[in-house]
Parts: sequence; C-alpha cells; structure tokens
Amino acid sequence: MELKGSSNLSTLASSNDHGENSLYFEGWKAYDNDPFHPSRNPKGVIQMGLAENQLSFELIEDWIKKNPQASICTPEGVQAFKDIANFQDYHGLPQFRNAVAKFMGRVRGGRASFDPERIVMAGGATGASELLMFCLADRGDGFLVPSPCYPAFDRDLRWRTGVQLLHVECKSGNNFQLTKQSLEDAYENARKANIKVKGLIIANPSNPLGTTMDKATFKMLVKFINDKKIHLVCDEIYSATVFRGPRLVSVSEIIEEIECDRDLIHIVYSLSKDMGLPGFRVGIVYSYNDKVVSCARKMSSFGLISSQTQYFLASMLSDEEFVGKYLSESAMKLANQHDLFTRGLEEVGIKCLESNAGLYVWMDLRPLLKEATFEGEMDLWRVIIGDVKLNVSPGSSFHCHEPGWFRVCFANMDINTMRIALGRIRKFVVQESDQVLQVKKQKRTSKRSHGLTLSFSSQMYDETCSSPRMLSPHTPLPQSPLLRART
Amino acid sequence: MVAEKLQYSSVRLSKVAVSETHGEDSPYFAGWKVYDENPYDELSDSDGVIQMGLAENQVSFDLVEEYLEKHSANIGNEASTFRENALFQDYHGLKSFRKAMASFMEQIRGGRAKFDPDKIVITAGATAANELLTFILADPGDALLIPTPYYPGFDRDLRWRTGVNIIPIHCKSSNNFEITRESLESAYDEAESKNVKVRGVLITNPSNPLGATIARPVLEGILEFVTRKNIHLVSDEIYSGSAFSSDEFVSISEILEARKYQESERVHIVYSLSKDLGLPGFRVGTIYSYNDHVVKTARRMSSFTLISSQTQQLLASMLSDRQFTESYIKTNRERLKKRQQMIVSGLENSGIKCLRGNAGLFCWMNLNPLLNECTKEQELELWKLILHEVKLNISPGSSCHCSEPGWFRVCFANMSERTLEVALKRIHNFMSSRNLCS
Repeated sequence: MELKGSSNLSTLASSNDHGENSLYFEGWKAYDNDPFHPSRNPKGVIQMGLAENQLSFELIEDWIKKNPQASICTPEGVQAFKDIANFQDYHGLPQFRNAVAKFMGRVRGGRASFDPERIVMAGGATGASELLMFCLADRGDGFLVPSPCYPAFDRDLRWRTGVQLLHVECKSGNNFQLTKQSLEDAYENARKANIKVKGLIIANPSNPLGTTMDKATFKMLVKFINDKKIHLVCDEIYSATVFRGPRLVSVSEIIEEIECDRDLIHIVYSLSKDMGLPGFRVGIVYSYNDKVVSCARKMSSFGLISSQTQYFLASMLSDEEFVGKYLSESAMKLANQHDLFTRGLEEVGIKCLESNAGLYVWMDLRPLLKEATFEGEMDLWRVIIGDVKLNVSPGSSFHCHEPGWFRVCFANMDINTMRIALGRIRKFVVQESDQVLQVKKQKRTSKRSHGLTLSFSSQMYDETCSSPRMLSPHTPLPQSPLLRART
Repeated sequence: MVAEKLQYSSVRLSKVAVSETHGEDSPYFAGWKVYDENPYDELSDSDGVIQMGLAENQVSFDLVEEYLEKHSANIGNEASTFRENALFQDYHGLKSFRKAMASFMEQIRGGRAKFDPDKIVITAGATAANELLTFILADPGDALLIPTPYYPGFDRDLRWRTGVNIIPIHCKSSNNFEITRESLESAYDEAESKNVKVRGVLITNPSNPLGATIARPVLEGILEFVTRKNIHLVSDEIYSGSAFSSDEFVSISEILEARKYQESERVHIVYSLSKDLGLPGFRVGTIYSYNDHVVKTARRMSSFTLISSQTQQLLASMLSDRQFTESYIKTNRERLKKRQQMIVSGLENSGIKCLRGNAGLFCWMNLNPLLNECTKEQELELWKLILHEVKLNISPGSSCHCSEPGWFRVCFANMSERTLEVALKRIHNFMSSRNLCS
C-alpha cells in the first residue's frame, strides 16, 4: 500500500498556512535565481525585500577579536566548553538573562528596567510569537493585528496554533495611525462573527511602516485592551533601530504611567534585527504575567537558544562600553543610510511615509499604478522585479488595505549597491511617468467602452479602489512632483 | 502618578497553558527538585543526593575537549567568518553541517545505511524534532502508538501543544519487553474502540529506558505492521551512538536500504547530538525523512526551532573530521560498555537484577521483589524511600508508563566512576539492611 505524497499527513501539513505561496516569497525566488553581485553579476536582482541589519558588523567583529574568551572554541575560552555544552536548563544561563535584561533597558534609554527572571528563551522571534499564541489563545480564537503588518504573522501566529488573525486596517489618510474607532470596529466585527478575541499584537517600531507609536495612541491602545480584558503582545524587535526622534516609547514605559492589568502585557524581543544576528536564533518572551512566564518557560524546551550562543552573547552584551558604542553608532549608520535612500527617491518624485525606525521604508508608488487596484499593484511589482530588477515587497503581502505601497529595505547593502538601486529606480520612474501619462491621457479622451472588469486572482480585492470614480479626470489623484511638472 | 492599584480578576490563558500536559508534576521531575536542594558533591556534600535520573553522557567528554584544544585556533577564528555566519538563517541549514551529520550517522551505523544531506531537517533538539513530526503526521485528537516503557518527556513533547494522544503498546518483562505483533494489534484495537485515528508508531531504538537495542526481526515486524495499517513509523535513534557495539544496533534505515527503500515514505528518523556527543546545551536535533513532502513541510516548520548558525558551523567542522569521529564513536562505545558492566555487576552483588542491556546511558533495574504489594503506589513509596533515605534520584517505571510495577531506570554515564562506586555502595548498604543481598 503506498503512502502517496501528502495524503497521509496532518491537515496542518497539507494546508497552505505555511504562507510560502505568498508574493512575499515569490520575489525572493526571483532574487535567488539571479542575485546581484557588484562584479560577478552587476545586472542581477538587488535584494531589497529582506529586513536585515548589515551596517554595523565591523563593531562586532572588532569586539570579537578583542574578546576571544567569549567563544568556547578559542584557546582562551575552551575551558568553559564542558560546562556550557552540558547546560540545557530552560531557565537559560543566568549571565545571559541578566545581559539581555540590561540590554533591553539600555535600548529604552533607561526609561524601563527588565527583570531577568521574566526573560524566557524562544527559537527566534518567530518561535517567541508562536509560543505566546499557544499560551494566550485557543484554536479558533482571534487575535487583532493592525495592518499593514509583517507577512509572516500569517504563518507564525496561525499555522500550528489554529488562532485566527483579525486585521485592524490602518489608512494612509492619517499616516496609518491606529485609531480607537478602527479597534472598536474590528472588535465588534469579531464579536458578530462569533470569534472570541483573546488579544492584540502590535509591532513597535512597526514593520513595514518604520514608525514608532506615539504616547497618546499607545495609551489609548493600552486602555482599550484593558477595558476589553484582552492581552497585548508588543513585538519590539526593531527597538534599537530607532535612528531619529521621536524616541521609542515602549509598552514597558506606558504601563508605569497608566493604570492597567499587567497580567495582560507581553513583549516579544530578538537580536536578529537590532544586532544583525538572525542566524543565532535569539528569541525572547518577556511577560509581566507570572503564569505566562512559567508556562512559556516550559514551552521554551521546544526552541531553546544554543548555550554556546547564550554564553557568547552574555559576554558581549554585558560589556557596557561596547553596548553604548554599538547602539549609538548603529543608529547613526541607519540614519545615514535611510536619508541617502529617501533623498534619492525624492529626487525622482517618490515619497515615503515619514519614518524614524526600522530597516526599510514604506514607499508610496500610487502615482505609478496604471490602475489603482491590487492587480495594478501586482503588475507594477512584477515590472519592478523583472525589469528594474529590485526585489521589493508589495503592500498587499502586508495586508495593506490600499494598493500602491511597497516596503523597501535599505540596511542590508552597502552604499554603492544602494546607488545602483537608486539609479535603476530613477531610470524606471522617468520611463513610467511617460507611460502612465500616456495611459491616463488615453483613458480621459476615450469613451468608457468597457467598465473596470478585473479578472482578479488576488485575495486583496478592495471595492473602493476599483470604483470608476478613481479614474475620473475630476478626482484629484495623488501626483508626484515629476508628473505635475509635465502636465 | 499611577492611581491606586486596582484588583483585576485574572484573564484566562489558553487551555494548553492551564493543562497539566507539560507533565512537570510527575515524579520524574519531583526527584530533580530534591536533588537540586541537596546535590551530591564528592568534597563538599558527600551526603547529598546522587543524580541518577538524568540521561547525560559525560564519559567521553575529554575526547571532545582534546579535539577542540587541537583545533581551537582554526575553529576559533570566528571574526573573519562572523558576518556571513551570523546572517545565515536559511531553514535548509548549513550544507556543510548537514553533510557532516549525514556522514556521522552513516559511521554510527557502520556504513550499513546511507544518508542524503538534503533529507536532513534541522531542529533545536530532539524535543523539537519529535513535536514537529507529530504536528506533521497527526491531527489533534489522533493518536501515536508508543511501546512502554517509554521516555517520560514524550507525554509533553508529543501531546502538549499538538493535541495528539499517545496510546501505549504494552510490553512485558516475561519476554524482555519485546514489541510483539499481538501488543501492536492490541494497542491499535484499543484506539479503534475509542474511535481514535492512529497515525503512526513511534519507537526509540536503542530504547529509553530499557537500555537495549531492538532486534532486527522485531523491527521488521513493526515495519510490516505499519505498512499493513498504512500508518507512519518514527524511529527515535538518539542513542544510536551509545550502543556498546556497532554490530548489535540495527537501524530502521538499514532495513529500508536492504529493501531498496520500498515503503520508506512512511518512515522518519529523529537524531540528536545531546546523548551520543554529550552536547545537550547546543540544541542539535535532526529529522531524517524518506518522504519528500514531510521533508519540505518539516523544513518550513523548523523556522520555529532552528539550530544556531554558530553551533552548526562548529559541529560541521568537528563532525567532518573523520579521524575524530571514528575514534570518538569507538572509544565512547567501549567506555559506556565498561560503565554499564560496572553498575550491572555492582547491582548483582547487591541482589538486584537488571534487564539485559547493550546500549544507552542507563540500565533498567528490577526492584519488584522489594515491593510489599505489586502496585504503582508501592512502587512510588519505594522510590521516595530510595530518594530520601538512600539518597539516589532514580526514575520509577510508572513515570515511563511501565505496565508492571517495580522497575526503575538508573543512569550511569552522568557521573565519575568514583561517584558511581559511592552510589553502588549505598545501594549495597540499603539491600543489606533489608537482608536481601545474595
């Protein structure tokens, strides 16, 4: 009797909830097939879809050279090998927990302090967010998440947990800020659909927006979850990527300022973004709820951090001088890279959402859409990947409610590569503006022979965007300065 | 600034969070707590509890240390490769690491089976590997059949977050706890009577807690059974390098290879370096599956539990050094065998019989004659006595779901020979005091 393909596997294994069929990954495949290299493949696809922090490695490399004892593999460090290799206690190395707690406090400018006893390990932030879902929600329960949001939440929060994600749409009209109304609406919709909402998860700083949450909005949010008695999970994995004011306001500060049930407050952290160490799988769950800490710690058995890595990081992160230097230099480098990129975009009339954090910008390409629809966005995206040869991430993969936005990463490349990317963008915008203008001219002068029939494959269909009203010559379209100059 | 602290009624956590399936209230863990409060130390606390409940391999560590000292200049030159390694988060895992693991697994099996590095999926420990496979092979409410006695951690690893059930395959001491066709059928029937869908059989080979390898004909019988029922077979082979002689260990991979991989799509192997190499802190687990869809899905799921790239790099170096691995595997086997012989003969001198073992870091001891009544309760009473008075933390058979009371798992590889002698002496005194010595 043959066990064919997926026929004898679990429902989980046979579903598509691993999320890898999304566009987010399609772009990666295009990159993998033709990756840019300055000398070996200068015409290849430039990877701008990967939020990695590669700007400050020299500092770490320098520290490693000066601190060989931090590694259990060097002659200076090998005497610690036996004890470390044997250490599998899910509490984690005390010196590691202490160092991480201190580091988290430093990142928040000393405005909050963290208790090492509440630090629980997980397999990267991926493992940490999933773990919290297992602790806080049952199969079928719902978790609110403001959109646009990190695409892999679909997999991380839902796949094995069976939790449902309910998006709280944020709109460009108010710079994608979270509003009380949108929260109330989302909560009410869930109630009507008979879905039990167990919590809300936010990323602060936001991915993909690159913005930090302002205090007033944050207080509103905490009040909301407190009133509804639902959990709040704050994914603060980009906390040290804030490169400009306003400074980060962490949930750890807010709860000192307003009254709330602390048992509802949980933080996800990681070193993958702030320190550029995604390979080390350093995920942290920090909860103000004792029962959650206890449960999470037991669950961490499924994703503990290698003791070799704990030992190394304990050493590095407890070097206060290094940490201070790293945090300030990293922020500076991110600011420079961000400014270089956004200025280059501005020169060709492309605007980005104003941001103060993250490893990416949220780019507004609505003016370049041939149609203000998600299909239009996808067409534009395919052109950017295929012709302009940049892997950028389309807003629809972030569950953005309106088409035309793209997340573009800037911290995973050197300045030369960025200049090449900007050059390609410049060339493309000039071509496109001409074309879009032509198309728009034609549409204005031709009779409306057929309506906007869209054979839609995208799941992100949004009625307001496909309304004929959007293409009327009387509707003010968002236009880049470049377009204005030509009409 | 903050208003008077209000009293909040506690918000409910998930069902998973409040359940007891994490299993930490079992005696398996209670004994650890007593040990933690008063651990034996040769010099400072010679009256403390000796930990014999932890299956760790510390007998061959010096070989690993020697290797590192010889090569640390090379391996430790981390600054130059740091960046690339720190950025490496590809869930395929480092190719060099997978190749080294495949080669290591082949060597353990005396070259009698080949492993394809592209079928290796990395996970943070065997704990994660077993849970991950369960998520892939079974739906909530389904069951896996597991021969008793089994590793207590399975109750948590396979059931807690997955919602999958374990149905025991009852094995008896009368035939040395062999997994018979009758016991397999009986377990399957039990599932059917409860309307529970069986998705697979999970065996540990060499067995924990028995400390013995599964014989070839038995493996063939299990393979025939799962084929007939069209279900999966997971073979947890994390103690494969701890079999005292390479010839006595038969891996399911050898049987499949000999059959040119017929029916192999239902077979999956779990491996780890925690036991054979004594590196539990590094969280190195792997899943090897002959089923491409399982490999693909497992790989995607491993995103929740990857191995640190630093650790992958270190082990890629170590395990691709054939001189080191061959010598390690051979020496480790010899030392474990010697250690086991020491404890078994020591126990025999105290009038205690063990199941005949040929692998692992523990022996399966029969204290049934000491029970007042042949019940689980009496076994636990005896266990508490041994813990508090003899001051040895050993694992009661009931925590391993053994269907016969009176058996205990006793670890011997996580201590020095001297400490083992002390432990044996205490047992001897205890048995003498009960006039039970031979």
